[in-house]
Amino acid sequence: MTAVTADATPGGRSARGLVELVFRARELSLVAALAVLVLVTTAVNPNFLSGQGVKDIFLNTSILALLAVGQSLVVITRNIDLSVGSVVGLVAFCTGKFVSADPTGRGVLTALVFGVAIGAVCGLLNGLLVSFCRVPALVVTLGTLYVIQGLDHYIAHGQQINAVDLPPALLHLGNEGVLGVPYLPVITVVVMLAVGYYLRSYPSGRDFYAIGSSPEAARLAGVPVRRRVLAAYLFSGALAGLGGVLWLARFGTVVADPARGWELIVVSAVVVGGVAIVGGVGTVYGAVLGALLLTTIGSALVVLKVNSFWQQALTGALLLLAITVDRVLAVRVTRLLRKRSVRHGA
Amino acid sequence: MRDPGEAEAPRGPAPGTAPPPVLALRKAGKSFGAVRALREVSLELFAGEAHALAGENGAGKSTLVKTLSGVHRPDEGEVLLDGAPVEFGGPAAAQEAGVAVIYQEPTLFPDLSVAENIFMGRQPRARFGRIDRRAMHAEATELFTGLGVAIDPGRPARGLSIADQQLVEIAKALSRRARVLIMDEPTAALSGNEVARLFNVVKTLREQGCAVLFISHRLDEIFELCQRVTILRDGAWVAGEPISALTPDDLVRRMVGRDLDTLYPKQDTLPGEVALTVGRLTREGVFTDVSFEVRRGEIVALAGLVGAGRSEVARAIFGVDRWDAGTVEVGGRRLPPGSPTAAMAAGLALVPEDRRQQGLVMDLSIERNIGLTGLKSVRRGPVISRAAERDRARDWAARLQLKFTRLGDAVNVLSGGNQQKVVLAKWLATDPAVLIVDEPTRGIDIGTKAEVHRLLSELAGRGIAILMISSDLPEVLGMADRVLVMHEGRLAAEIPRERATEESVMSAATGRDGAAA
Ligand SMILES: Nc1ncnc2c1ncn2[C@@H]1O[C@H](COP(=O)(O)OP(=O)(O)OP(=O)(O)O)[C@@H](O)[C@H]1O
Ligand SMILES: [Mg+2]
Repeated sequence: MTAVTADATPGGRSARGLVELVFRARELSLVAALAVLVLVTTAVNPNFLSGQGVKDIFLNTSILALLAVGQSLVVITRNIDLSVGSVVGLVAFCTGKFVSADPTGRGVLTALVFGVAIGAVCGLLNGLLVSFCRVPALVVTLGTLYVIQGLDHYIAHGQQINAVDLPPALLHLGNEGVLGVPYLPVITVVVMLAVGYYLRSYPSGRDFYAIGSSPEAARLAGVPVRRRVLAAYLFSGALAGLGGVLWLARFGTVVADPARGWELIVVSAVVVGGVAIVGGVGTVYGAVLGALLLTTIGSALVVLKVNSFWQQALTGALLLLAITVDRVLAVRVTRLLRKRSVRHGA
Repeated sequence: MRDPGEAEAPRGPAPGTAPPPVLALRKAGKSFGAVRALREVSLELFAGEAHALAGENGAGKSTLVKTLSGVHRPDEGEVLLDGAPVEFGGPAAAQEAGVAVIYQEPTLFPDLSVAENIFMGRQPRARFGRIDRRAMHAEATELFTGLGVAIDPGRPARGLSIADQQLVEIAKALSRRARVLIMDEPTAALSGNEVARLFNVVKTLREQGCAVLFISHRLDEIFELCQRVTILRDGAWVAGEPISALTPDDLVRRMVGRDLDTLYPKQDTLPGEVALTVGRLTREGVFTDVSFEVRRGEIVALAGLVGAGRSEVARAIFGVDRWDAGTVEVGGRRLPPGSPTAAMAAGLALVPEDRRQQGLVMDLSIERNIGLTGLKSVRRGPVISRAAERDRARDWAARLQLKFTRLGDAVNVLSGGNQQKVVLAKWLATDPAVLIVDEPTRGIDIGTKAEVHRLLSELAGRGIAILMISSDLPEVLGMADRVLVMHEGRLAAEIPRERATEESVMSAATGRDGAAA
């Protein structure tokens, strides 16, 4: 468990330290992989680490990482949200249309509220279907993926949003920053820290892990399972909404369904980041690192002039590696723990 | 307060004189499809009184517990709280009302720490509503100290032995400081020491005014802890009376509906050649230098406290876990470490302690579960013969008095004891040369227990070597030709049948003296 405390109780130090180490190890190995990747790429092409290069990676990661944070919450409860890509697209287009209708009267705040609200409504729909109608999450969100996509195309009707029609402040949000630090990564980091802290330190945050670890036990323990699952979807939807607005702010020019196919990248980032696809384990920090790694791989391959086909293959390979490592670790840890369940001299 | 041991508890709420029962069930009924698990059952739990619920496997005890705790909604009748009808919408509502439950099957969060398991939803808070982990760990440690066990509150629940899981469940329920404490077979995997500690804690709670409902298939425990008993048979209420009015034989007669020999001592057999030899087997930090032999026709019991390393030895012998040093020989041939396949091929069979995790495929049918191990005998060429599988399952179901509707039903709708019977059938059907049974009668009612004992004895009579791990001391004393006692990972004593007594086994198990004489 990632959330075990560091304070030592006599006799219990070893087992806990071990488990903690194993899961910390995931985050550490992600950082290590990143470092190797950056070093190798820079060695080949020193431009990779130029100011603009780094800024681009962070900008590109931000939205993916934001979605990964929302997705983690859902995956930790042993569910999945495949509709996030479509939601980002819908929100980006609708918000663009909404603010460009009155670029002076409707500013950044209005855009954010509008977009997050649309995302939250989509999340609510997913959540209601999964938690109250008891339809499997995979089916529900696959359905809403296509429904929302269709809706987006219907609204867009072949049109596109142009950057010139948007309020400048919005574009500023997507591409500028304070003291050289762009706003986007700052937003993502703030959201990540807040969610990570909440999940670890608040009773309702622990409920998400409980549900994913054993839904049956959670119900018997009086955890409001449906409410929490609903909340996870609502939150994931809202973050996808936020992601949509930021997408608009960053790119300015938006066609219908721009983030098509992103749901799988988001899920990959989450799994590579150590959130168990069967729920109950993982942190948002890992998920964000996973997103950063995937994005960096993409950029590195471009710099190294490798065919983009390899990027997908590499993402797939990483995914398999992550899942294999998880399995092997789980078996090892269980063995070790069983060993320690015998108490001598108690 | 009433003196619970002596005074007769009032029968039902006498208006104006005694307080109404804290929690009660009136003419409750519950059906699962065609199965009527409960019929017009009434039961009253009074403050300061421990109430036993007795009945055979599948009598409806766990169903009653789940009806009281809001998991099931009764089809007929009602639940009364402080004399007023209530409808618990779910387990959470019952908990709010002060009802704490230990369910028969431990339901833990494997990925979360033991402390979190205990306090899920009710974590101690620090400032700003944050979880106070330090306090949480301290409270968990305190609970375990009260129960006299040392489980690290910081470790994940994954990998806990079944007894430790049960202890965590007990700690969880106790930590609620509830008005009503319901315990569905909490002691089934515990040995005498832990049970005694548990009873001390429960007695204190009872004296403080807690109402207790206690389920166990061990009659001595019922008589030790409880003042009143309700008996169920096939879902129907049979009797409810003060325990002092009953003898153990009366209780059994009412449960089963006839007289019963509750103890089936092992028949004497002449031990044959050595079938299983374990030499200086060591797994670091778990057990050390364990050496013994089991001969054909012999039943050797492995006794000891929870956590002494008994199940771990069994798992190592069978190859589920690896060992670091030592040898295991079956019929004179050495087994490679860590290979259950080799162990099975050599004629070894292991009935594991944790039926839900290791023994059964919960979603598969009864017949498929029984058929899983002995597939050879039900094969026609490469194809599994469904008819042969069914015949064999039906045969074993009858021998173990399995209570079921259809052989095609999934095992997870069976009652706990009936699931245990399926595990037993699965392994007994393999016709092994050496049989290792880990808590073979956990959760099995007394009638069937005698039947299981008869079966084991018969197997020994046919020349099978049996190693039996059991926390049930009467079972150990009644069945074993020799008793090996483990203490803290080592064999502390080997006691032949003639000298095996409760004292000699317990003193070796607790390490009070090295060699029990
Ligand atoms: N969810 C369910 N679906 C179908 N049948 C069930 C279900 N739960 C229990 N039953 C049936 O109800 C009957 C009573 O089961 P219950 O678990 O209450 O028995 P029990 O008295 O607790 O037995 P044990 O001593 O073995 O634990 C059994 O015949 C069982 O098969
Ligand atoms: Mg039961």
